[in-house]
Amino acid sequence: MPAIQYREAIRAALADELTRDPNVVVLGEEVAQFHGAYKVTEGLLEKFGPKRIVDTPISEAGFIGMGIGASMLGIRPVMELMFWSFYSVAFDQILNNAANVRYMSGGQIHCPIVIRGPANGGTNVGATHSLTPENVLAHHPGVKVVVPSTPYDAKGLLKSAIRDNDPVMFLENTILYGDRGEVPDEEYLIPLGKADVKREGTDLTIVTYGRPVIQSLAAAHLLQEEHNISAEVLDLRTIRPLDMDAVLASVRKTHRVLVVEEQRPFCGVGAQLAYMIQNEAFDELDAPIARLCTVDSPAIYSPPVEIEQLPNPQRILRAAIGMLS
Amino acid sequence: MKPGFAAAPANAALTAEGKVALYRLMVRIRRFEERSLRAYQAKKIGGFLHLYIGQEAVAVGCCSLMGKDDHVITAYRDHGHALAVGMEMNPLMAELYGKATGCSKGKGGSMHFFDPARNYWGGHGVVGGQVPLGVGLAYGLKYKGLKGACMTFLGDGAVNQGSVHESYNLAALWDLPVIFVIENNGYSMGTSQARSSAGELARRAEGYGMAWGSCDAHDLYEVRAFMSGFLERAREQSKPAVVELRTYRYRGHSVADPDNTYRAKAEIEEYRRTKDPIQVFQNLLLSEKVLSDALVEKIDSEARAEAELSAEFAEASPFPDASDLQKDVYWEADNPSERKSGGRLFFD
Repeated sequence: MPAIQYREAIRAALADELTRDPNVVVLGEEVAQFHGAYKVTEGLLEKFGPKRIVDTPISEAGFIGMGIGASMLGIRPVMELMFWSFYSVAFDQILNNAANVRYMSGGQIHCPIVIRGPANGGTNVGATHSLTPENVLAHHPGVKVVVPSTPYDAKGLLKSAIRDNDPVMFLENTILYGDRGEVPDEEYLIPLGKADVKREGTDLTIVTYGRPVIQSLAAAHLLQEEHNISAEVLDLRTIRPLDMDAVLASVRKTHRVLVVEEQRPFCGVGAQLAYMIQNEAFDELDAPIARLCTVDSPAIYSPPVEIEQLPNPQRILRAAIGMLS
Repeated sequence: MKPGFAAAPANAALTAEGKVALYRLMVRIRRFEERSLRAYQAKKIGGFLHLYIGQEAVAVGCCSLMGKDDHVITAYRDHGHALAVGMEMNPLMAELYGKATGCSKGKGGSMHFFDPARNYWGGHGVVGGQVPLGVGLAYGLKYKGLKGACMTFLGDGAVNQGSVHESYNLAALWDLPVIFVIENNGYSMGTSQARSSAGELARRAEGYGMAWGSCDAHDLYEVRAFMSGFLERAREQSKPAVVELRTYRYRGHSVADPDNTYRAKAEIEEYRRTKDPIQVFQNLLLSEKVLSDALVEKIDSEARAEAELSAEFAEASPFPDASDLQKDVYWEADNPSERKSGGRLFFD
């Protein structure tokens, strides 16, 4: 199996689906001639032509809304946000229109649209470019939210997202774009709403998603090597729908839970998870549920301090040891 | 009244029956809304009720020109367009009553009427928010190679929203078959055009290199004559346009809003006396001998009866069940046999 980059895996998913379905169209800022701000869409214009790969003006409310309208008519737009941070400009279109139009029409309309792009901190670009809005998006019934951590997952999940008949918010990560992993050339799909045990363990479960999966795996390695602690790492992969069965199965195995998220704590995904775990598996818990989040301030620019603001292997390690001691 | 619009090609092509049908449609819209107002005053209807009374020639004039691949989307003052595209009174009134037999199963309400089978895409509550969707419908038409146009209605209060300008740019940049129809009733809620919008509303199209125009919209013939060229151009050449149709609403922004703080009663009465679209068209058709006094009376009484029956239908219909709350949220949840994803879609 070839080892390809996360960005190449996303590109492969786009190319597969563009080939399979003539109604799939890729639109966004700099996706065509420029090859994508992060080179995710490199080569697609040359392969599929300007009808299928479309550069948009810097006009997120306009072009995202346009994509939603086109999806109501059966087009399957895959819209790139250069940064998910810019979703704020298109908030009304995404969360009033795409999320609600099926409901408000009594089920007469659906929006098979994917909105994708990076949502992460850690690149020293300050507060306006570092939003991680998966909690805000998942708050809205009607949308689905996917946050892949590996090239393999990114390809299989994006293909499923493009075939999905509901609006799917697909949150990538600029720091992961260069990560390599084994990805088969042949067709495969990963269904939304299926978590994945990325590392088996017995002493605690780290429930996480996105880039913190990679950091949690590094922390789990250190926990094993330096502290003889066996940590299981459960990658949610999808925030909504949520694979709660997988979470509960792991809780029943380890009886301790640390939620790690690149999110500020207040009303974050981890808050919802902690509530659900205690509600459904209280008797299985041997310790209070712990959380490790982004430190609760806007994203700082200063490079060494931003590392400490975000989840990182050392912070995860300390949190795990703290809950076991 | 300007003479001559009856002879415009779009109107010369109308049969006598066709003219009567357009007249009947305007009357049905008015009687429907008057009946809904009484239901609102009787507290049968919740929320807001944005009445279209006074503006009927806009929706009927524009929608009567629709071909099979033409589409319509509008804002929250959406009852007139719904009837104009052919929706029936019963599901509309039932929707206002919040009943399960409503066009949106009681989930949308007054501001959110939809009928995609009739190319009617709502019914949207946020000012200007529907405009990018209209561009998207036009984009979809062009992508599929269909020779249709999307009439995207917006109020005069929407023209200062950023989403509208972003939509203008996209439509002009990509030659999309969309006509932005500004229904200028003079007031964005309680703020007059003079107090909210600089310049001529449709002329802003010039900044985007788009065609534009404006016309008075109390004469149905004039609306049809004016719009047909823009529609034909959109269909045949895939060219967008911005048009302003000058109209007037008789009621408050929503019926619960005060109506005496920003305009004089005399202003409303003057418009009603001289430019009421139903009266204007009735006079035209009487002079053409297409209508008779007896037929006017018959159409009116039938429309009143139909509206009354729709209220009875709505009254007798059941409310949605609380168990319906989580239906029509996700396509996948509504089609469980075709569901591909796992996990929970809803949370307690």
